[in-house]
Amino acid sequence: MLLIPCPYCGERPEIEFTHGGEAHLIRPAPPAAVDEETWSQFLYMRTNLKGAYAERWRHARGCGKFFNALRDTTTDHFIAIYKAGEPKPA
Amino acid sequence: MNFRTPNGGRIDRRHLITFCFDGKTYQGCRGDTLASALLANGIHLVGRSFKYHRPRGILSAGAEEPNALVTVSRDAARITPNLRATQVELYRSLTAFSQNRWPSLQFDFGRINDLVSPFFPAGFYYKTFMWPRTAWKSWYEPLIRRAAGLGRAPTLPDPDRYAHRYAHCDLLIVGGGPAGIAAAMTAAEAGARVILCDEQAELGGSLLSSPELSIDGKKVPTWLDGSLAKLAASPDVTLLPRTTAFGYFPHNMVGLNQRLSDHLEIPPDHLPRERLWQVRARNVVIAAGAVERPLVFPGNDKPGVMLAGAAHTYLHRYGVRVGSSAVIVTADDAAYQTALDLQAAGIKVAAVADVRGASDAPLPAAARSSGIKVLHDATVLCTRGNKHIGGVTLAAVQNNVVKERNDFDCDVLLMSGGYTPSVHLFSQSRGKLQWSDALKAFVPGSSAEAERSAGACRGIYGLEEALADGAGAAAQALQLNRAPPRFEVDAPERRHGSHLGALPHAGSSSEKSFVDWQHDVTTRDLELATLEGFHSIEHVKRYTTTGMATDQGKSSNLNAMAIVALELGKPVQEVGLTTFRMPYTPVTFGSFAGVSRKDLFDPVRLTPSHAWAEGRGALFENVALWKRAHYFPREAETQHAAVARECRAVRQSVGIFDASTLGKIEVAGPDAVEFMNRLYVNNWTSLSVGRTRYGILLREDGFIYDDGVVARLGKERFHVTTTTGGAPRVLAMMEDYRQTEWPQLKVWLTSTTEQWAVIAVQGPNARRVLEPLITGLDIGADAFPHMSVAPAKICGRPMLLFRVSFTGELGFEINVPADHGLEIWEAVYAAGGAYGITPYGTEAMHVLRAEKGYIIVGQETDGTATPDDAGLSWAVGKNKTDFVGLRSLQRASMRDANRKQLVGLKPKNGRTVLDEGAQIAERAAQRPPMQLIGHVTSSYGESTVGFPIALAMVSGGRARMGQTLYVPMPQGDIEVEVTSPVFYDPQGARINA
Repeated sequence: MLLIPCPYCGERPEIEFTHGGEAHLIRPAPPAAVDEETWSQFLYMRTNLKGAYAERWRHARGCGKFFNALRDTTTDHFIAIYKAGEPKPA
Repeated sequence: MNFRTPNGGRIDRRHLITFCFDGKTYQGCRGDTLASALLANGIHLVGRSFKYHRPRGILSAGAEEPNALVTVSRDAARITPNLRATQVELYRSLTAFSQNRWPSLQFDFGRINDLVSPFFPAGFYYKTFMWPRTAWKSWYEPLIRRAAGLGRAPTLPDPDRYAHRYAHCDLLIVGGGPAGIAAAMTAAEAGARVILCDEQAELGGSLLSSPELSIDGKKVPTWLDGSLAKLAASPDVTLLPRTTAFGYFPHNMVGLNQRLSDHLEIPPDHLPRERLWQVRARNVVIAAGAVERPLVFPGNDKPGVMLAGAAHTYLHRYGVRVGSSAVIVTADDAAYQTALDLQAAGIKVAAVADVRGASDAPLPAAARSSGIKVLHDATVLCTRGNKHIGGVTLAAVQNNVVKERNDFDCDVLLMSGGYTPSVHLFSQSRGKLQWSDALKAFVPGSSAEAERSAGACRGIYGLEEALADGAGAAAQALQLNRAPPRFEVDAPERRHGSHLGALPHAGSSSEKSFVDWQHDVTTRDLELATLEGFHSIEHVKRYTTTGMATDQGKSSNLNAMAIVALELGKPVQEVGLTTFRMPYTPVTFGSFAGVSRKDLFDPVRLTPSHAWAEGRGALFENVALWKRAHYFPREAETQHAAVARECRAVRQSVGIFDASTLGKIEVAGPDAVEFMNRLYVNNWTSLSVGRTRYGILLREDGFIYDDGVVARLGKERFHVTTTTGGAPRVLAMMEDYRQTEWPQLKVWLTSTTEQWAVIAVQGPNARRVLEPLITGLDIGADAFPHMSVAPAKICGRPMLLFRVSFTGELGFEINVPADHGLEIWEAVYAAGGAYGITPYGTEAMHVLRAEKGYIIVGQETDGTATPDDAGLSWAVGKNKTDFVGLRSLQRASMRDANRKQLVGLKPKNGRTVLDEGAQIAERAAQRPPMQLIGHVTSSYGESTVGFPIALAMVSGGRARMGQTLYVPMPQGDIEVEVTSPVFYDPQGARINA
């Protein structure tokens, strides 16, 4: 059970959150201008890495807000937490 | 109890306990385990091995026990199989049974497996039971099911109560041996909040069987009592005996399973049977100890072959002599102390065979001077005996040559291959193990959590060193400034050693050398696995099943790894270990379930009319977590009759239906229209205030995700409805786009699903029923046309009235605040009496909408249907530049004419009800594999149009109107005609009445 530091509520147990998938996915728009390869990439291709993974969480059973996290997938430790819309920390 | 010593041990000799094993009664003492009590009575044979049904005796004194697996029975509902007798605490009238034998433990037919064992090597089932194929169902499977498994599961529900607890602490210490206690003392002194847990009934670990040693001038038992009393008295220390730390979870969460009453004859009512603790610790010290390593030699599984440390424990802790004449084979000095202690207790010790070379250490010298024969460079060639060990043949090995064979009689053969540090929890915490050549074992390396190991579990075996290590670990964890307490131990020097893998020349006998006792895995099995090409330890484990039994390889993994390494010619640490997984020892399901059982398993959501419907005899179905009335049978009606009647009543007069469960979301704000346009496929700009429209929500991949009627309540206010099951998903998706994709839009979302009760009134008489009840609104045909919405009052209560219909008849949906739901339901029902108003359930609702060709998301669609597939292109806004899923709809494959499209099906014989899910074929009488072009999505025999109807998704369906297709069903191919999905009133005259 992860202990997740919500930037608005503080550390709360994992059970209060839903996972929002990979962070920093750019939704290509306007759709008419997007080629098949780019659209397919957006729909189906996701990073799968060992190390610092940028993902989204939503505090669904709390404040309801989305935020981003950098989590080390080998230890499940959170390296960084940052608000939705903010860039990935270096 | 002729094998009980006259005094000594920690048992209470004044309290005799009568217990029952395999139908016979025996006596033990309070403080005994079932294993120690059986041994006190001279009983070693306690089970039959898993595959070969070989007679097996007690091997150990702890959790690592692979042989003595018993079933303990309290009553018909409280039967627990596969308990380790070494961990079952004795209580008066305890009733236990051995397992895996028929007709009896002494004489087991299953032993025949041992005699034909060449046919049952590791992995034999991958090569057998294949011919003839027909024999599988009638012979092989029933036989295998009966033979497989160990122990019998109870057949009645678990009647006991289990609790959950959550705790936080500064320091969690796992293991109450010397290292753990020293850590607790150090932390308590510093005022930290400490939780100390140990799987055993008494804290103390190895201290419980070391009465001859002294700490700080006090004999160990005295020191232990004093230290524990001091800890117990401290308010910040929680001591948890009978509590196993079974799992290490991320961010320093550790799962503990606390057993509260299994050791009691009569469990008290106020206690749960077990408690599951979820402990979030700032720091963890793992002081889990080490497990003695058995030796691998021919005939090493006979009853009477035991771990040397176990014999030591049985003597000192339980006052039990494990035999009368012993031979000891060891790689570690500790066994010499055992030899001396056994001899002092009256057991003849014929020899101590040390697998190491000659040594000048004090303990071997002491053994020699007390008349015990000590051999060096020793190995075991074979053992004698059938149901119990009778003797052993030892030899010396020098330069790979076997010399000096020596035969000894004995009734107990003790073995010690050294120790294997318990790194289970450390590994679960994702720490990295490192190999120690000196210890021939894996020890904890770098940690991944705020955790450290102390004592034997990291290879620190001496008592003084373990105490210091525990104290040091606590001090480091808590970053204490002052030096941790020091302990002085008075003990003879012990030279630790260990052996890995099979003893030399183990292949010289035809007897089996066991590596994993519980799964009957021998050295030959491991050799066979590598011979057959399995070189990864993961493959070898699964092919041979070594380490996969309930003991999870606690006493076999390292020996197995060493044997495989030898076969592959690799260094042992390159072969490695498989993954450690929780639970460390088995945990009851009840403990994990806690209170989440029966009515408390899932929340139950009820609608405002639920009690009313129940009172009318309605039967309910589950839709997500809701209970919805399925149909309302009268007298002795069948479901078919009830549903047919309800459908007729709606079409002919009027029906009343509870639609409260559908999701409702208020979308409000200056950018509400823009938000809705970007999300749903429809053009919302053109929807006027006071009007509603059927909305469709896609995923970005262009497939239908949800649908529902959307009402425009104001310029900046929409009331969006969703399917019952989809409500949470739709709101989550809306929030996702609102917060992270279009955060600049000024729009807010509120769930109002539970705030509004929704009463659907449908049928040609619907308006006549409602008009007298409604004030503030003219609901005449022209004033309030189909798809209108307006606020008003009903029976004086505030109402939002929708004119919508899912049935195809004139219809209304009354939205009132949920608190008034039942009141308004009853008022409408009373007002409808004159028209024979009929309550109808979800089944009738399904039939009526199907007659109109209305889809249900998740029934006609399956996540791969576009709006056009479902015949809903008309809903997609023209000239929209963006909405979720738009780009995907533009893909060529999404406009292919052969895509599955929604059609209706009519049975040509006018009476066969098709199976939902049935496949559809173009040609009749095909042989498998058939060419199939679609499937039946909905099918109803209760339809009002004169024949059973069905909806289906068929490849290129819309171009097949009038075609004959075939639906293969159990009774044969059913001929069907492809029709429009709208079977009833295609002009819409009824709905627009």
